Amino acid sequence: MKVLLVDDEKELVTTLAERLSLRGWEAQWATSAEEALDRLKSEAFDIAVLDVKMPRVDGLLLKKKMQAMCPAMKFIFVTGHGSSQDFQTGASEVGADYYLVKPLNIDTLTAKMNEALRR
Amino acid sequence: MLKPAFWDHEDVAAGPHKHLFNFRRMWKSAVILTALVALAPLLFMAAIDYNVSQKAIEADIHYQTARLVSNTRRSISFFLSERKSALDFIDKDNAYTVLSEPLRLTALLDNLKKGFGGFTDLGVVDQNGLQHTYVGPYNLAGVNYSDQDWFQALKESGVHISEVFLGFRQQPHLVMAVKHDLPEGGSYVLRASIDTQKFNDLLREVEVSGQGDIFLVTREGVLQTPSRFFGNALDRLPLEVPAFAEKTQVTEMHLLAEPLVVGYAYIQETPFVLMAVKKKSALMKPWNATRRQLIAFLTVSISGIVLVVLGVSTFLVNQIFEADHKRVAALHKVEYANKMASLGRLSAGVAHEINNPLAIINEKAGLIKDLFQLQRTYAEDTKLVGLVDAILYSVERCGKITQRLLGFARHLESRTQMVDIVEVIHEVLGFLGKEAEYRSITLTVDAEPAIPVIESDRGRLQEIFLNLFNNAFAAMEDGGRLAIGVRRAEADFIAATVSDSGCGISESDLKRIFEPFFSTKTGKGGTGLGLSITYGLIQELGGSISVRSQLGKGTEFTVRLPVKSNLSGEKKIESATCG
Repeated sequence: MKVLLVDDEKELVTTLAERLSLRGWEAQWATSAEEALDRLKSEAFDIAVLDVKMPRVDGLLLKKKMQAMCPAMKFIFVTGHGSSQDFQTGASEVGADYYLVKPLNIDTLTAKMNEALRR
Repeated sequence: MLKPAFWDHEDVAAGPHKHLFNFRRMWKSAVILTALVALAPLLFMAAIDYNVSQKAIEADIHYQTARLVSNTRRSISFFLSERKSALDFIDKDNAYTVLSEPLRLTALLDNLKKGFGGFTDLGVVDQNGLQHTYVGPYNLAGVNYSDQDWFQALKESGVHISEVFLGFRQQPHLVMAVKHDLPEGGSYVLRASIDTQKFNDLLREVEVSGQGDIFLVTREGVLQTPSRFFGNALDRLPLEVPAFAEKTQVTEMHLLAEPLVVGYAYIQETPFVLMAVKKKSALMKPWNATRRQLIAFLTVSISGIVLVVLGVSTFLVNQIFEADHKRVAALHKVEYANKMASLGRLSAGVAHEINNPLAIINEKAGLIKDLFQLQRTYAEDTKLVGLVDAILYSVERCGKITQRLLGFARHLESRTQMVDIVEVIHEVLGFLGKEAEYRSITLTVDAEPAIPVIESDRGRLQEIFLNLFNNAFAAMEDGGRLAIGVRRAEADFIAATVSDSGCGISESDLKRIFEPFFSTKTGKGGTGLGLSITYGLIQELGGSISVRSQLGKGTEFTVRLPVKSNLSGEKKIESATCG
């Protein structure tokens, strides 16, 4: 499965990509919305993990743009802001499949990604 | 002791305006000022009244004394001049030769005694001082008066009234003599003795107020009539005779420190001075009664005024004190809310800043673990894996803290919906059911019937009660009791009480439990954020939380929530479902 990780923290996305690769995912990463959209032009992804807060274009706007280009894509949001209760309610509002809190638990992330893809 | 609450109050927070909150000084100023304003005119009027009354009474005493002396002087003058005129008349009516006949003189003396009284004898003295004819009880015929002062003085004035004296007869009497010039040259004197008893009677009949005394005295101070206090006729008067004055005078003197009012009059053509002496203290008795009344009235008035001034000042300053207290409490509340808000912003900032590096540590450590385990090089090295696990565990703990901090400061939209609070409570208790069972903690929910469904945020309510229940569980030993009560509070509010049988909270801690990072469970996994988050959540819902606790007995939290939501500018979502 191909996953695109987008977060302005390069250290975070690179490491996360490597960890997912170790778990058998084909993980790519981008550190900005522009870069992510560029990548999306040349290849297709099954699922995207987006940071909600990013400079210039935030995760929510990025998701809309990506969805326009690739309607079948699934989305998981990651945020450093808020408590778990908000994410459940918040996710439905932004139309994301899941909302996760930083710092991430890798097992939870993969579980949610699998779940989202099964839908 | 009756000490008002403000007496020892010191407003340490008042700063440069400290003087405005010195209630003791305020009270003192109020008491002094009002007492001054009320008492000064009263005392002034009383003093004036006192003086005026005293002066009036003294003037009245002087006037009465003057009148008494004046009237008595007239009586005595009249008495003497009447007798003098009688002698004058006899002189003129009878020729010298006729008067020289003892029989005729006896008849005249009899007539005088009958007509006027007071005459004891009558004699005719020739120009050489020889009394050649005498009628009366004593044998005084042939007595020569030529060397006596009165006889010498008579040559000048023609009439003489002597002082009272004993004379040959050893009886107090006075002599009245009238000189008559003969047409053929030469002269003779008609001389009469007058019994002073008549005088004495006259003076005795005079009523003198103020334990007074009235008597005749010579200019040299020898009593001429008996006096009540100063002895008999011819005794020495212990008082000084006042200097000559033509008219009746009243003066004040002292005898053995006793103040006296003395009225006197010099009786013309006689050596006599009429004196009336009164004791001032006796005269002032009615005034003393008035004065006592005045002083009693003054005492009662002053006591009344002082009591009212003290009472009113205390009451008013107390009111100000209480108002100030309320103001300070309100300020504290606002200050506290502000502090919480600032802390919220601060903690949100900190949490957010920390979250990203924390996430990186998490992923890096995770990757290390992955590498160890997936590549099997170090998979068997339990120590290394243990170390990485410890890092991951700590990151997870830090993550929980930052999440809770963010929750505390959350500015995300809240969602208002219709919530049955009893249902929420049961729901939350559901999470804890297993733990309660395991620790044999009794859970009871006692809800009044007909608790209204409230307009609130379900998620927040859950968090609020979860926090409170968690705290209660942490405070209790196994076998404790957690009782939840729900009732209607005052208009449009419901109140939920959560009481545990736990260890309780000390007085000093009680003030700080809603502050962030205040925890008694440090080292046992407490973040010190639970209650401050709860506090913030309840405030956001328009409610309030209060706490009562007793060390060793337990703690009771009361949450008051509005039935109608007053969350402003927030999106209301009718349904509780979320996708």
